[in-house]
Amino acid sequence: MAKITRDEVLNVANLARLQITDSETELFAGQIADILTYIDMLNQVDTEGVTPTSHAVPMTNAFREDEETGHLNRDKALENAPEKEDGMFLVPKIIS
Amino acid sequence: MDQLHQLTITQAYSLLRSKEITSRELTRSVLDRIARINSKVNAFITICEDSAMARAAMADERIQSGNGGPLTGIPISVKDVLCTRGIRTTCASKILEDFVPPYDAAVVEKLNNAGTVMVGKVNMDEFAMGSSNENSGFMITKNPWDVSRIPGGSSGGSAVSVSADMCLGSIGSDTGGSIRQPASHCSVAGLKPTYGRVSRYGLVAFASSLDQIGPIGKCVSDCAILMNALAGYDPKDSTSVNIPVPDYSDLPENGLKGVKIGIPKEYEAAEGLAPDVSAAVDRAVVTLEKLGAEKVSVSLPHTRYAVAAYYVIAPSEASSNLARYDGVKYGFRDPAAENLIGMYKQTRSNGFGKEVKRRIIIGTYCLSAGYYDAYYGKASQVRTMIMEDFKRAFTHCDAILSPVAPEPPFRIGEKTDDPLTMYLSDIFTLSANLAGIPGISIPCGFSGDGLPIGLQIMGKHFDEHGILKIASEFERATDFNTKKPDI
Repeated sequence: MAKITRDEVLNVANLARLQITDSETELFAGQIADILTYIDMLNQVDTEGVTPTSHAVPMTNAFREDEETGHLNRDKALENAPEKEDGMFLVPKIIS
Repeated sequence: MDQLHQLTITQAYSLLRSKEITSRELTRSVLDRIARINSKVNAFITICEDSAMARAAMADERIQSGNGGPLTGIPISVKDVLCTRGIRTTCASKILEDFVPPYDAAVVEKLNNAGTVMVGKVNMDEFAMGSSNENSGFMITKNPWDVSRIPGGSSGGSAVSVSADMCLGSIGSDTGGSIRQPASHCSVAGLKPTYGRVSRYGLVAFASSLDQIGPIGKCVSDCAILMNALAGYDPKDSTSVNIPVPDYSDLPENGLKGVKIGIPKEYEAAEGLAPDVSAAVDRAVVTLEKLGAEKVSVSLPHTRYAVAAYYVIAPSEASSNLARYDGVKYGFRDPAAENLIGMYKQTRSNGFGKEVKRRIIIGTYCLSAGYYDAYYGKASQVRTMIMEDFKRAFTHCDAILSPVAPEPPFRIGEKTDDPLTMYLSDIFTLSANLAGIPGISIPCGFSGDGLPIGLQIMGKHFDEHGILKIASEFERATDFNTKKPDI
């Protein structure tokens, strides 16, 4: 495996909504290929039948009572918005 | 007394309680110290002079009325990854440069209730991604022991502010060593608690299954006092664990008879371990043996896969967590874009720094269709095996000893072109995050050039108290933590 092409870097960057420059693409492709080559050592480990861990401390679902608690009011929630209008977040045109 | 900023929390508490000093005097001394040396070390992103003096006055009233506790009136710094209501919280990222949270992180609320005086928010690697503070979007924090060197990261500002007496204690976060490694590089004590011990509510997320908040202090008992305030269940963090919190500051001088210290043979053979570091850790083992501890050899056979597993899991979780920075609800927005997708892309591209972008791309790649099982799935299985290594080792010992960083702090700029080499320097710390166990870094010596070296003590899940006891016995038997940088 490993070896990531410039096109793959561009494709993944696009999936992550990043627009990267040509020089960044070049730099990242090399560095990420090195990192992925290193990561390939995981294939040396026999993990047949091993349960994956997504959580370091065992736990089941965290339930709580369905009770009303405090919340941010609309003005507070909008306070940090780069643009807002009439009590709503404002974004550029979605369909062009 | 004109050097109040040099006090430990324990010392200051006693002077505040006996009314020999006031919190206003103490806070003033700390703020003056910050004003004098911050431009040399770049520890603080935001200094909260006015609110700190107001809080100090409140603390003095509280102490006067007899309602103070061990943290009332104590000036602290907080890593800029924790939300502070009404005070800018940047994560050292341009994308959050002007973000002012409408709420406090759970730990910030707890510290406020305990009466601490927050003097400011400290620098870090952007979104806590880094081991050197060179990835801050604003400035590079410098090591007070040698300003041409890195302070460690990502909680570099926290460790520097404590080491250089710009506060009495600090709160950091640790995803792969971000509390322990800078503590080691700056010769202070830093504790990463068990995953779930401290609420992450209001901590800006990096890798949610690994992130944990913890204290950095001038001595072990200061870390213990801060832990008393930080620890505990919080319904607002569904991963916080509801089990009793002991009094961590109960650290009697009992020696270490009956305590078994595990030395992993894989760590002794680790590549790139500097001779000075290895020698200092060996001497620390001898010190602990003199205190009564018994040394046992243990094995953590999957150690060599920890960096690889971590650098799949952490970037994968980060790529998902950082999807929220889209220029819509808060943070920076690039105003030039004409449509929504373009706005997302330009905002994220101009708002994030290089390391953050690199990790988002690695994480997105590892999670993408066709690669998920090979990368994230595989790494999560290896994580299980790393956890089982620790579980087995802890059947033979009470704590595991290791270096914190393979070498003393390196020079600024030395590793910036080679991210993989930088990642490899996390080898001793990130296993604790993968396994969710607690670990503390305490000063254990200096290199030939006078650079700090730290010792790591790792414990079983929820045995912070056990490792604090060992650390405090070691600290009492040595004088490394009393040495100060000349700045």
